[in-house]
Parts: sequence; structure tokens; C-alpha cells
Amino acid sequence: MTLWLGVGIVGIAVILAIGTNWIGFTNPNEQDLGASLLAPSVAHPFGTDELGRDILTRVLHGARIDLSFGLITTYVSLVIGMFLGALAGYFGGVTDTVLMRVVDTVISFPFIVLILAIASIVGAGLLGAYVGVLVVSWALYARLTRGEMLVLRETQYMMAAETLGLPVRRIIFVHAIPNLLRANLVFSMSDIVLNILTLAALSYLGLGVRPPTAEWGTIIAQGQKYLRTAWWISTLPGIVVVLVGVGFALIGDGLADRLGEDVTGAA
Amino acid sequence: MFAYIGRRIIQAIPVLIIVTLVAFALIHLIPGDPVKIMLASRATPEAIATVRHQLGLDQPLPIQYLRFLGGALRLNFGNSLFLRTSIGPIIAKRAKDSLALLVFSVLVSLVIAVPMAIISAVRRNRPTDHLVRMFSTFAFAMPAFWTGLLLVLFFALRLRLFPTSGLGEGPINYLRSLTLPSITIGFYLAPVLLRSLRASVIETLSAEFVEAARARGLSERRVLFKHVLRNSLIAMITVLGVNVGFLISGAVVIENIFALPGLGSLLVSSILARDYPVIQALTLVFGVTVIVVNLLVDLSYAALDPRVRL
Amino acid sequence: MRKQSEAMEALLLKVDDLTIGFADRRGFLLAANRVSFSVPKDHTLGMVGESGCGKSVTLRSLLGLVPYPGEVIAGSIMWMGRDLRGVSKKKLEQIRGKDISMIFQDPTSCLNPVFSVGDQITEMLRLKLYMSRQKAYARAVELLDRVGIPSPKLRLTDYPHQLSGGMRQRVMIAIAIASQPKLLLADEPTTALDVTIQDQILSLLAEIREETGMSMILVSHDVGVVAQNSDEVAVMYAGYLVERGRAQELLHRPRHPYTQGLLKAIPKIDQVGEGGPLVPIRGQPPNLADLPQGCPFQPRCRFMNEGCSTVSMELNRQEPEHGSACPFVDEGGMR
Repeated sequence: MTLWLGVGIVGIAVILAIGTNWIGFTNPNEQDLGASLLAPSVAHPFGTDELGRDILTRVLHGARIDLSFGLITTYVSLVIGMFLGALAGYFGGVTDTVLMRVVDTVISFPFIVLILAIASIVGAGLLGAYVGVLVVSWALYARLTRGEMLVLRETQYMMAAETLGLPVRRIIFVHAIPNLLRANLVFSMSDIVLNILTLAALSYLGLGVRPPTAEWGTIIAQGQKYLRTAWWISTLPGIVVVLVGVGFALIGDGLADRLGEDVTGAA
Repeated sequence: MFAYIGRRIIQAIPVLIIVTLVAFALIHLIPGDPVKIMLASRATPEAIATVRHQLGLDQPLPIQYLRFLGGALRLNFGNSLFLRTSIGPIIAKRAKDSLALLVFSVLVSLVIAVPMAIISAVRRNRPTDHLVRMFSTFAFAMPAFWTGLLLVLFFALRLRLFPTSGLGEGPINYLRSLTLPSITIGFYLAPVLLRSLRASVIETLSAEFVEAARARGLSERRVLFKHVLRNSLIAMITVLGVNVGFLISGAVVIENIFALPGLGSLLVSSILARDYPVIQALTLVFGVTVIVVNLLVDLSYAALDPRVRL
Repeated sequence: MRKQSEAMEALLLKVDDLTIGFADRRGFLLAANRVSFSVPKDHTLGMVGESGCGKSVTLRSLLGLVPYPGEVIAGSIMWMGRDLRGVSKKKLEQIRGKDISMIFQDPTSCLNPVFSVGDQITEMLRLKLYMSRQKAYARAVELLDRVGIPSPKLRLTDYPHQLSGGMRQRVMIAIAIASQPKLLLADEPTTALDVTIQDQILSLLAEIREETGMSMILVSHDVGVVAQNSDEVAVMYAGYLVERGRAQELLHRPRHPYTQGLLKAIPKIDQVGEGGPLVPIRGQPPNLADLPQGCPFQPRCRFMNEGCSTVSMELNRQEPEHGSACPFVDEGGMR
């Protein structure tokens, strides 16, 4: 049941995000100085900010950025990480040691330093955020997959595949990966949430998306000045973030129950 | 045990060297010249050259790195390029505040997570459990900076119970000023800890020695708190360790909202200003912190579980 | 009237029509079905049967330890005149470990791995017998000595994983007898141990019973172990008690077809070379969700007839000392 609830929430979010322009919320940056700092109303369900921009429109457009960021970073990392982790776990030896050292270094490196460095090199903005998160995210999947592969390798049917003389490529892709996919998929749901939150946090700090682009983090950041008077600018978008996050987390929990996996994603 | 600690310290050295090396390389890849930034409008080529020489920035990179290492071993991190004062005391002061924030936050997260995890596990699949899990899911999805803002809105602005920003003077005000930030971080940590502990307690509750303990007539309370908890804490401690390591620097967002002068914000400002020595020193400090935290986690395993041999 | 209550006094435990069910999608699976037996003072009752026959669950129900989703649905458990089914949780906790103790099959997983042996014994002594710390330690040493653990003082600070399986079982026994219980419940206490150690543990238990007059319910799937260590034996099948009688009597003159099958299927050392081939019981172990009407043993019974589906499964009352649930068969075959 949790699964469908989660799918429902995420589904609505995705549909709204994709179809924003078609349902009439067209311009997130349209200013109307006469209508600045209006409280939520029927005309402006989320109120307006200091420049008279409709917050709801901005949130919807921001959804496109955030949702696509979450999905892309997570699944690209998953593919890369799973592949590398499977190889390391299967072949062991030097491959494994080298990969795991790299993974450990990446994970232990202070994330902020990394992000700031990348942002400074590549230039602040969405690209910097993508690169930064990708550089770190794949490592989590690699570690998870490698752990699973180590266990899987010893199972009977894997050994059977080997004794049958099937080519390595086939063993890994056709036999191992479908099993490894389970744990990774469950974990990916939490990861999507984490990545979206990271982007929002970076944007909030001024390192990810920059104003005036509408993104959940930037909207909340810009509302901070008006917290006392126009609380809705920072507060309401946050609720949207939480709801979407809960949606993904519910999918994760539902999947975990269905697939019998451990939700904590402990490697 | 001391031999073990000694071994860990020795093992840590190569890791620290690599981390600082990578950081050094990375930082110097960033475009932007600190000297130009410092001198701003007065940046004539001669001025730049002079200052660069004064600060030792014209030396080849490897030499700069080695000088840094040499100094670090003597706990002398040199001077900040911008503030021209010794880095050591700056970091020490901020480290103290960051540490206070961290400790307070961990306490808050434990106060939230531990009781909820236990109740949830004991009343598994009943309404209480579902409520707790819902809370956990929501808390997990809340962006930390948003939580912080909400807390400021209610408790600082509306109710005026806590300051909106800055560090207070005197013990009471100091704690008051750390309260909202700690609760914010606590809310961020709690769901992760809760999930891990709950799973752990559920697993332990079905262990045979728990049934045996009940069969001996020990009260349910004793069984839970003495026998079950000790066995379940181990998994949660690992998770706590990982997150604490991250939070030393990662708390920058919170420091930003609450205007707390901590290590995170020092890092951000020094990167923006290309203040190399400070960045190097901080990276080293963070690296050491992660290593110390890992060591503490491993030592606590040994303390909790006699089967673990160091 | 007086004679009856005196008789009741001599009985420590009287279980009547105990029925334990596990909730299942379609209703209840009865792990124990109207089981009745009694245990007087200074007496050992052995319970024997295949895995899943309900003997362990029955044992656990005596202390209120039936695991979720099982529960006691009907019957009474009279302990010294009081029905344990209706008793408060607190009272039950008081009885456990003090009046009735239990030892389990796997001593490894039954001792808390993170506390020392000494801690776990003294915990009992201090909490249940209100001993002071010093007294408790001294008594713990005595107990370890009593159960045959060498260098008991040193063993106090050891952790369970540092001891061998046999030693751990002795520690469990020490913990169980610490408060001199009147009744000891032993759930497969020797199954997980080496054969030579099994013997030692059983002798130890026998000695303790001699010394203290403690009663015991010994559950095992090993007929030999049960027969040699019990005064009375009860045989269970598919949740039903199918036969009960004095040990020697039941061993040599089994009345229920299932008991007969069990005994034929094990080699007897006094019949080496004679007595014919071992005869396993034909058919499959029973599926609690799919039992036939009447007697559950029908599908595997040589003597099955149309009357079997209406058997009430009550132990035949004509001879209260040796009862069988099968009205058609006695020790010589069909009546």
C-alpha cells in the first residue's frame, strides 16, 4: 500500500512538473511589482514574492529542475556504480582493492570542499552541482553492489553458471545484475531524496542554481529575508519538497517490503 | 588497547597525506588568484609579484606543499593569507564552537531517535510504529535549511524564546543560541539513527537469549533496557559515526542560517577567497576528525561487544 | 473433598484441555489441541514427538512465552492451585525463574553474548532472591561448581563465546536452578550437544533432581533420552496428546499406533541382531492446516478404519495410568 501511495505522490509531482506550461503556469519570472508580497489567495495559492512573482509557478518550474536533477544524478550514478561494483566484487583481487580504496577516499573526502572546488572550477550553477554530486554518488552504489556481489558470488546458482562455462560477460549481466538491482533500486529512492535536498542546499548557499532561476532551494533562500513578514515564500515551497521526498521514500519502503530488502542500504 | 590506538594512528598517516595532497592539488586547480583578490583595485603586476613573494606563493607547488606538511607536524599552520594572523588560534576557536554545536546536535538526535526507535520496535506493526515511521519519513525529507528557517520563524520570531542568530555570551546565552541550530541538525540526524536502531532492536528482540531472559523471569523493562539495547546499539553507532564525520564540515548550511562562526563557514569563506593555507589546514583538521571519529566508533564496539577483538 | 485437595496439593502442575492456536489467513492452526497432563512433586514427565508436534509450544505456554502470532485459546494451566492463564504479568514474572525455570536447546544463543557468565548468574540471584552483591557472587561460584564447571571463580568473568557448548549448557542449568525451582522445563536440552556431553548433562540433571526433589518436564524428539530420564512419558502428534503412561510401561507395551511406529523405527541396543529390520513410519509428517477429521494419524496408520474419523482423541480413561487416544489398538495390535 505504501508503494502505491508513494507512486501516486511522485506521479502527481512529475506530471505537474512536466505539464506546467500546459496548465497555464507559464512564467516563473514574470514580475508584477504591484502585486508584491501578497499572502496566499485563490489567485496566488502560494502567495507572491517581493517582485510580485507567483510562488506556485516558481515552485512548479523549480520542480522540473529538482526532479530531473534527482532522477538523473541518481540513476546515472547507479548505472556507473553498479557496474564498477559488480566487477570489483566478482573479480576480487587487485581490481577490488583499487576500486574500494577509491570509493573510500571519495566518500571520506569532505563533501563541501569537493563541491566548492568543483563549483569554482566548472563555474557555479547547475552544471557544477551535477558534476559534484555525480562524482560522489556513484561510490555509494559501487560499495553496495560490491558487497552484494561478494555474497552472490558464493551462491549455488552463480557457481553453477561458472561451471557451465558461460562467458563472464553473460554471467555478470544476465545472471548477477538482476539480483544486484534489487538492493540498488531500494537505496536509489532514498538517494533521489538526498540528491534533491543536496541541490536545494547548494542553491540555498548560492552554489548550485543561481537566482533568478526558480528552484526550490533558491526560492526558500530568497524568502529568508522576509521570514517575519512574508513567511509563505520560504515555508510553502519547503512543504512541497517534503511531500515529494516522502513520496519517493514511500516508494523505497514499498519496494523494500516487496523485494525483501533492507531499507537502510547498509553495505 | 593502546597498542591498537597506536596502530590506528600510524595507519592514518598515509590517508591524511593523500587527503591533503588531493585537496592541495584540487585547490590549486581552481582559477582565481588570492593575491589579485586581496589587492583588488591596487593590483599592479609589481604589487602582485611582491605580495606573492612575501607570502611564499611564488615557490614551486611541491615546495609549498612540503612546507605546509612540515609546519603541520609542528602544529604550525602558518598565517591566513587574508587575516595575516596565525591560523591555529582561528581554527581552534571555531573548532570549539563547531564541536559544541555537534555535541548538542547529537544529544538532541539521540533524545529523539532512541526512545522512538525502541517504542516503534516493541510495538511493531501497531499504530504507534506506523506513526513513528511516518514521522521518520517526513523528517528525512525535510531540507535542513528549511527546518532551520521554520524553527527560527516559530521560536525566535514569533515566540521570542531563542535568538535568531549569533553566539551568545555567558553559558546560558551560549546554550540558548545553540538550541535551535542543534534541534535543526538533530532533526536531520534523527531519522537515519531511528531507522537503523529500530531495525536492530527488532532483530534482537527475536533472538533466543531474549526469550531465555524472559523465561528467567526478568521484567520486560530489564530485558529491554539491559539485554536488548546493548546488543542493538552497535549498528546505530556506525551510522552515527559516518554522519558525524560528515557534519563537521557539512554543518555550513546551518551555520549560515544562524550566523554561527564555525568551521563550515570558515571553509566556505576561505575557498571563496582562495585562502590556501586556511583551506589546507582545515582539510587536515577534517581528515583528522573523521579518523578520530572512526577510531572512537571502533573502540565503542569493543566496549559494547566482548566478542569483538581489536 | 479433603482427599481431593490433598491430591491437588501433591500436584504441582495440572494442565487441562490446553489449546494453542496460531493465527493464519483462514483461521487458527492448532499447535496444541486439548492437551492434558499433570506433574506431581519429585516427578519427571517426558514429552516426545516429531518436530512440529506441539511439544515445545506447549512447554512455552506454561510460562506464557508462546511467540506471536500464537496464543493460548482454551484450557487451564493450574500451578499449585492457581490458573496461570489468568495471572497478571507481574505475577508471571515472579513465577518464572523462581518457581518454574526453563532451559533451552541452544545454549549459545540463549546466553546474552555481551555480558559475562558471572553477570548473568548474579543478575538472577540479586533480582529474584534479593541477594547482596557479595553473597550473589559467592553463590554463583557454588552454583557453577555444582554443575560441574572446573575453576568456577575464573569462569565467572568469562563470556559465553569463550566456553564450549557443554559448559554453556551447564551455565544455563546453573542459572535455572539458582533459585531452587520446583519445576524445571527442559526443551531439547541435549539435542545440540555431542553425544558424550549429552550423557553428562542428563546425569547432572538427574543428580539435581535427586538432591532437591525438583520436578521436570523433559521435551525431546529422542525417544531414548526421554524414556531413560522420565518417570512418565507423553507422546504428541500433530498437536494432540496421543498416549501417556509410565516410562517403562510405555516403552515396552506401547498402545498407540504412532508410539508403536516410533519405537519400531529406532534401534534398541538389547535387540541387536534380532527383532527384525527397522520400520520407518510411512507417509508424510502432518500438515496442521490440512488434518483429517478425527484422528490425525490416519493417513499413516496400519490400523486405519472407518471409525477413525469420529475418534474423540481423549485419552481412554479406563486405565488412568496408561492412556491412549486410539480406541481400536492396544499393545498387541487391533483389539
